[in-house]
Amino acid sequence: MTHFPILSLLIWLPILAAIVVLIIGDDAHANKIRVLTLVTTLLSLVLCAVLWAQFSLTTYQFQFVENLSWIPAYNINYALGIDGISLPMVVLTVITTLTVILASWHVVQKHVAQYLATFLLMQGMVIGVFCATDTILFYMFWEAMLIPIYINIGMWGAERRVYASIKFFIYTFAGSVVMLVAILYLRAHAGSFAILDFYNLRLTQGEQDLIFIAFLLAFSVKVPMWPVHTWLPDAHTEAPAGGSVVLAALMLKLGIYGFMRFSLPITPDASHALSWLMIALALIAIVYIGLVAIVQTDMKRLIAYSSIAHMGFAVLGTFMVYLIMSNVANTGYAQMSLEGAMVQMVSHAFSTGALFIGVGILYARIHSRLISDYSGVARVLPVFAVFMMIFSLSNVGMPGTSGFIGEFFVILSAFKANFWIAFLAALTLILGAAYTLWMYKRVFFGKVTSEAVANLKPIEPAEFIALAILAFFVIFIGVYPQPLLNVFHASIGHLLDISLVSKL
Amino acid sequence: MITLNSALIVTAILFSLSLIGLVLNRHNLIVLLMCVELMLLAVNTNFIIFSHFLNDLAGQVFVFFILAVAAAEAAIGLAILILIFRKQKTINVSELNTLKG
Amino acid sequence: MQLLLTAILLPPLLGAILAGIFGTIIGRVASHRVTVLGVLISFICSCIIFKNFILDHQSTQNIIAYTWGTSGAFQFNVGFLIDNLTATMLMVVTSVSLLVHVYSIGYMRGDAGYQRFFSYISLFTFAMLMLITANNFFQLFFGWEAVGLVSYLLIGFWFTREPANFGSLKAFIVNRVSDVGFILGIGGVITLFGTVDFLPVLAQAPKVAASLPTISLFAGTSWSIITVICILLFIGAMGKSAQMPLHIWLPESMEGPTPISALIHAATMVTAGVYMVARLSPLYELSASALTFILVIGATTALFTGILGVVQNDIKRVIAYSTLSQLGYMVAALGASAFAAGIFHLVTHAAFKALLFLAAGSVILALHHEQDMRKMGGLRRYLPLTYSCFLVGALALAAIPPFSGFYSKDAIIEAVHLSTIHGASYAYVALMIGVFVTALYIFRAFFMTFHGSCSANSASQDNIRENGWVIWLPLVILAIASITIGMIVKHADALQLALHAFTSLPFWLAIAGIVTAWFCYVIRPAIPAMLANKFSWLYYILIKKYGFDDFNQIVFVRGTRALAQLLYNYGDQRLIDDGLVNGSGRLIQWISATLKRLQTGYIYNYALAMIIGVLALVLWQMLIA
Repeated sequence: MTHFPILSLLIWLPILAAIVVLIIGDDAHANKIRVLTLVTTLLSLVLCAVLWAQFSLTTYQFQFVENLSWIPAYNINYALGIDGISLPMVVLTVITTLTVILASWHVVQKHVAQYLATFLLMQGMVIGVFCATDTILFYMFWEAMLIPIYINIGMWGAERRVYASIKFFIYTFAGSVVMLVAILYLRAHAGSFAILDFYNLRLTQGEQDLIFIAFLLAFSVKVPMWPVHTWLPDAHTEAPAGGSVVLAALMLKLGIYGFMRFSLPITPDASHALSWLMIALALIAIVYIGLVAIVQTDMKRLIAYSSIAHMGFAVLGTFMVYLIMSNVANTGYAQMSLEGAMVQMVSHAFSTGALFIGVGILYARIHSRLISDYSGVARVLPVFAVFMMIFSLSNVGMPGTSGFIGEFFVILSAFKANFWIAFLAALTLILGAAYTLWMYKRVFFGKVTSEAVANLKPIEPAEFIALAILAFFVIFIGVYPQPLLNVFHASIGHLLDISLVSKL
Repeated sequence: MITLNSALIVTAILFSLSLIGLVLNRHNLIVLLMCVELMLLAVNTNFIIFSHFLNDLAGQVFVFFILAVAAAEAAIGLAILILIFRKQKTINVSELNTLKG
Repeated sequence: MQLLLTAILLPPLLGAILAGIFGTIIGRVASHRVTVLGVLISFICSCIIFKNFILDHQSTQNIIAYTWGTSGAFQFNVGFLIDNLTATMLMVVTSVSLLVHVYSIGYMRGDAGYQRFFSYISLFTFAMLMLITANNFFQLFFGWEAVGLVSYLLIGFWFTREPANFGSLKAFIVNRVSDVGFILGIGGVITLFGTVDFLPVLAQAPKVAASLPTISLFAGTSWSIITVICILLFIGAMGKSAQMPLHIWLPESMEGPTPISALIHAATMVTAGVYMVARLSPLYELSASALTFILVIGATTALFTGILGVVQNDIKRVIAYSTLSQLGYMVAALGASAFAAGIFHLVTHAAFKALLFLAAGSVILALHHEQDMRKMGGLRRYLPLTYSCFLVGALALAAIPPFSGFYSKDAIIEAVHLSTIHGASYAYVALMIGVFVTALYIFRAFFMTFHGSCSANSASQDNIRENGWVIWLPLVILAIASITIGMIVKHADALQLALHAFTSLPFWLAIAGIVTAWFCYVIRPAIPAMLANKFSWLYYILIKKYGFDDFNQIVFVRGTRALAQLLYNYGDQRLIDDGLVNGSGRLIQWISATLKRLQTGYIYNYALAMIIGVLALVLWQMLIA
């Protein structure tokens, strides 16, 4: 290794900081702990900036590669590296953690160190998942990440937190176990645990189908796809604001990331053969879940359901490529579809994360998540209402916000796949507007009817900064997504190439 | 002359008796312990019989080992029994079912 | 050119940002100054463009500002296409917007959300300018959605009022329904042409159409993909331009402040659909079926929404229905391939409809926010200037020569008359009856408001007087425009056309409408009530607006919610969550509960089990041996 191990630093710096924070531990030093956490994430952000600046846009190869022998007996390596698919996710992780820390600055007063430590741990481990190029390392981070979020929900959650956290844990854990079997099977044939070796492995259709399904079980729970989505509304509803944000902004991305990193390139024929299933499930997520979101009475539940619908778009964009390629020779439409899925992931992290922070801000003041307990908040907190309007609009997919791009790309390319897929996907324009703006109307508009709303405390500077950061990204990506899209091009192009070549 | 068969049958009967005692006994924990000891003795007798008929002293050496272990076991068993009695005020087997699922 | 465009587009945006974000700091006066200044700069630059293109016949310009994003083989640019159509639209948007800005200084005085209002209308101006200057579908869609958004915000401007919130949400969602069509249309365009830029698409269109590409939407059918695209895009236009059956949001949008009704819901945004079809006219020319569809929808809207205007009592709603009806005329013109006539009517309509709205706003303001015409009457004595301006607007709307509306409407009716596509004769009849209806409802409103006896109580009568110059100046300017635009555009033939009108049927129909209104509402005010009683079933249908609202409310709104509730309760909660997820948990619990009975806790049970096990093992071994 000749260069500076920047990825390792990104992974282990927050984890080390978490240990330090836990050692300090005491609420008496709460402010010191907050500052320490903030400094850690800001340092990570600086590292991300370096990463972004030095990232080469022209190659699809893994960059910033680190490779150390870890368990030589089984040929397991500590191998890291990022490409155009994982780089945005790494940066996203750091930004999300930063906003979460800012948003919980004033809200969390008990067990501050432990609370913040869970987020630092999570940051390190999630980055680990995105950077790992050795599947055992990947799997380790993948499972280890569950622990801090499990503790986070279980400790700082609402009334039914124990139920929700156990449900969440068992659900996602059960899904991942099968993946381990698939990884071991692949190892037996490839001779190493390196992802790149798996890419070159020839597999029969039957093997591919089984491996695809094993991966599907792990990833579909994380996305989550219908019908394995029911842990998400519960987990989101019960989790503290920060936990919800991390769940929505980071955890859900891992599923799609897994599809792109494992399912498509390792089992292209199975992905092709089963793409009809994935498209069907994605459309169900978009339409069925969109409908279900309309009738939610709990704000967090509503946003959770809207998350599922939005991730449906990402799944649709990912698996539609096979259908598109059966209709057209050039890869332009398929690439637009995949990139749409990627942008959808990034955008969803910002807008949904921000909505959860917003609900968290309201919850910290009134201790209710029910829409019916609010009315006329815009009258009392106008600035906050403007922020939430921006995020709601992104959730609706308004052009000029980040939420638009993914939907736009996916719908446009869907037309090439099949008119009715495009039509069903486009229904999200109506459903998204209906559930988001109807909620907005009931919470923010109208007369101030309750004493509690009338006496709402203004938003704190730290919360303002968190919201402003997110609003900046939502609008910037919406107005000028080209820098983000440029990062994708090489890697997505390569992904498409290897996903379209049969391995039989 | 006692044949191997008849000797083994005696020990088998001895073993079976202790087994029946173990299964049927519902009252006294001490009886249970005694049954276990009896089982060991039946096995010991087997060792001696085989040692005699095979002309191999190793079997008799084993008997001493087993006797030593059995003594230790009986000591520990009785100690546990006393502790149980102190705690539960009973050594009735049918009342000692805290392992019930 | 690029500089000029920047000077048109950015000032309104900057004004919006300044007034919106720093409004509370810089204060009310500075807020309206900065936004008015922004739009003024825009207006002046638009005038220059207008001069360059319309008067000096400069050639079409296609400018790319920056590449928004690339993906796959496609490039999405933010770029501008400037030609005669754009130049005309620029004039309409910036001039009406400027006048409405000025007018709002008076109309919104004292409102708590003063700065917010100016920020919104400046933002709207920016969005509308983006829409009309777009050189590709992507940017068109951006402008399209952005004007819809600002419209949503402005309808719900008084967000503590429930009807305003309801109306704004309804407007947004109805528009979104049509946007589904629009975005699918764009998907069709990119599928067929491989690009979203207007010029390549329009240039390739005839060649592509010649190869007769088809699409199979249902198994076994095959439709011309050009027709499908045209109709999908037009569905988008139907929402924005409020064509039947997606017109339902426009009357509701009257809950917003009156200036925005003039700007957004009369002059500019609602005409975006007309603009879009005109912009894509070479594409639409390739599909006769799409044109028939457009013609029939337009004519139907023109007639049937006009009729509804006759029974409305809210002065703004009468004008709103009138807007629907006039939009129907424009769309019908597009259907008859008379794109120039459609745009011409768009321009004149922008002038006289903005005038009518602003005049109505003047009345409403003078009467302290009273909008019910039954409580008005005889106002011509108190508001002479408003009265005459409203009269000019009404005459222009009723297409009386030489007012501007006459020239444009005459062109439309003539075009539809000459059209030979399917549905043209139906459209012609509908538009003819529409002329009568138009004159009837607008003069009904005119007479009810300004003539007859004054119904306002005597105490408030003394307070009724003309508003300040910021209110009446825009009215006068628009009135002058309403009188002259038609004559200016048709300068050579103006007189001849006007004279010819006295021998044509539409003119006499319009006169008949005015006379009927005068007879029913001035001479014999008892007649309308009598008619309403006699034809109560008809009256009921009209009051219920043909049942569109109730139908939507019951079928779509409640139906969707009921379906969603059903899916949530039974699909998500019962079946998946309770059945599958917690069900598998319960299954495991049941299994372990069953198995744990084996664990009796008695040593002798275990011993017995052990012995049985050993015996079984021995037996098995013996059997094997």
